[in-house]
Amino acid sequence: MPTTSPAFADVTTSDSALRRFLHGLPGVDAVGLEARAAALGTRSIKTTAKAYAIDLAISMIDLTTLEGADTPGKVRALAAKAVIPDPTDRTTPMTAAVCVYPDMVATAKAALNGADVKVASVATAFPAGRAALPVKLADTRDAVAAGADEIDMVIDRGAFLAGRYLETYELIKAIKEACVREDGTAARLKVIFETGELSTYDNIRRASWIGMLAGADFIKTSTGKVGVNATPANTLLMLEAVRDFKAQTGIQIGVKPAGGIRTTKDAIKFLVLVNETVGADWLTNEWFRFGASSLLNDLLMQRQKLSTGRYSGPDYVTVD
Amino acid sequence: MSESSASRLNVFKTYKLYVGGKFPRSESGRVYEVSDTKGKWLANAPLSSRKDARDAVVAARKAFGGWSGATAYNRGQILYRIAEMLEGRRDQFVREVGEAEGLSKSKAGAVVDAAIDRWVWYAGWTDKIGQVVGGANPVAGPFFNLSTPEPTGVVTVVAPQDSSFLGLVSVIAPVIATGNTAVVIASEKAPLPALSLGEVLATSDLPGGVVNILSGKAAEMGPHLAAHQDVNAIDLAGAGAALAKELEIAAADNLKRVLRPQPVDDWSADPGTHRMTAFLETKTVWHPTGSLGASGSSY
Repeated sequence: MPTTSPAFADVTTSDSALRRFLHGLPGVDAVGLEARAAALGTRSIKTTAKAYAIDLAISMIDLTTLEGADTPGKVRALAAKAVIPDPTDRTTPMTAAVCVYPDMVATAKAALNGADVKVASVATAFPAGRAALPVKLADTRDAVAAGADEIDMVIDRGAFLAGRYLETYELIKAIKEACVREDGTAARLKVIFETGELSTYDNIRRASWIGMLAGADFIKTSTGKVGVNATPANTLLMLEAVRDFKAQTGIQIGVKPAGGIRTTKDAIKFLVLVNETVGADWLTNEWFRFGASSLLNDLLMQRQKLSTGRYSGPDYVTVD
Repeated sequence: MSESSASRLNVFKTYKLYVGGKFPRSESGRVYEVSDTKGKWLANAPLSSRKDARDAVVAARKAFGGWSGATAYNRGQILYRIAEMLEGRRDQFVREVGEAEGLSKSKAGAVVDAAIDRWVWYAGWTDKIGQVVGGANPVAGPFFNLSTPEPTGVVTVVAPQDSSFLGLVSVIAPVIATGNTAVVIASEKAPLPALSLGEVLATSDLPGGVVNILSGKAAEMGPHLAAHQDVNAIDLAGAGAALAKELEIAAADNLKRVLRPQPVDDWSADPGTHRMTAFLETKTVWHPTGSLGASGSSY
């Protein structure tokens, strides 16, 4: 996969060129963006369409545990759940991936035992990203060597907010190179912007472009560790960015909202955003993911409701 | 009409549901007309849908941990507080009950007084029911063996159809006195006293979600609540024979506790404890008495 599109080769040659480009992007109409996201959230998705959406959403989940208290046992339980989300109904699809800290990658990989569920690892001093570059690179290489299929990196928000755009760009490029394995294949790179800390929609649009120019395979909203995480509006904005990028370069980039998506209703709203903004090309777990943990239980309860006709309850899903 | 009221616009009350400590309209946006016993229009009440019922169960489940974990003493205080609040709004309830059930002012007053006294009765029971239905069991071994009543969980209550207030209180109070939380379907033709009771509960220190009051058709919401996997028991007090049978069948799937409808001639009679014990489960624990001394005596 090309790391930088030739179409934009000249904008990343210097800090000033990159700044000129980013500040030349059209400003975001905040009111219009939020109204559009809210309007798309009112779609009524019922019966067979709902069943399809639920299964699609389950297959898009990066089942996540990112706690200081994560134990190997908890990671194994998570992996088992990713493979068989609902033991009472084996037609339930597997989740896309499990998402863990780098030191748990080997445990997760072993627990998955070859199942078609990816292992994603956060890296680069997640969640703050406050570490020296060599530390971030070592963190990434470590996770890749342990068998991570995907790397979720955080950008240095401090550098970005201070206006050091090229430094942010170079960081992503460096991590992208660190994702390459010895055999020449590479782990897919998701770039987390922590939209809740970027303060403006314009910043989110700029960060999205930096990520895409630097070769991100996915752009991701948040770590899930701050007050404001994925919202329909910031996800819509990022979807528009990947749409525009594909239109200009032909390169498709995935989007991953993460944090704060807890109900089936929320998840379906995001799927509507995807379909209406970038189209069906993105409606697969190759190109769209949910970073979530409790969302899966709600999806499973809704799935049970659709298949049995009875409202389900938390007694019929796992306690995570 | 007095002179002053002629010069004022009428201020009608919008009756709303009581779910999770808030007063939402029905999710469906529907209402139905409620009239008094002579057919005169009183107000529009929300016609709740199955989704309102679902939301009420979520609220009741959320409230269960805190309410069942509160001390019996604290629950008793709160139930007594409900009686205090009702006393202050006695005139309103006398009017509403009189209109709903076609009673004279004095008869309606007696009904409201009995309902207030019913809260006091159950307030007293909260910290006594444990001693009456629990206790130490004699066992053939060096153990303490203790049985203690535990609340069942979320209880759906189909409130009595005819006694819109005293009957309602008589079925809600025993459910929550012991630590359960309740989803109540009010009397279909006379829901207004029940909806007003929600306003009293909201100002009585009762945590939101412990009691959730829905107005509408029991036949519409009942089957969904009876089949709901996260409802632990159902009180069929106000269900007709055919509906009660249907709901009991639906309730069998996750082994809900079912209290069948029993004919009640006089709601003001001594209620006894059976409505409380219907929604209690017995937890029995074994506890060693400690090391046996050389002499063979414990302690």
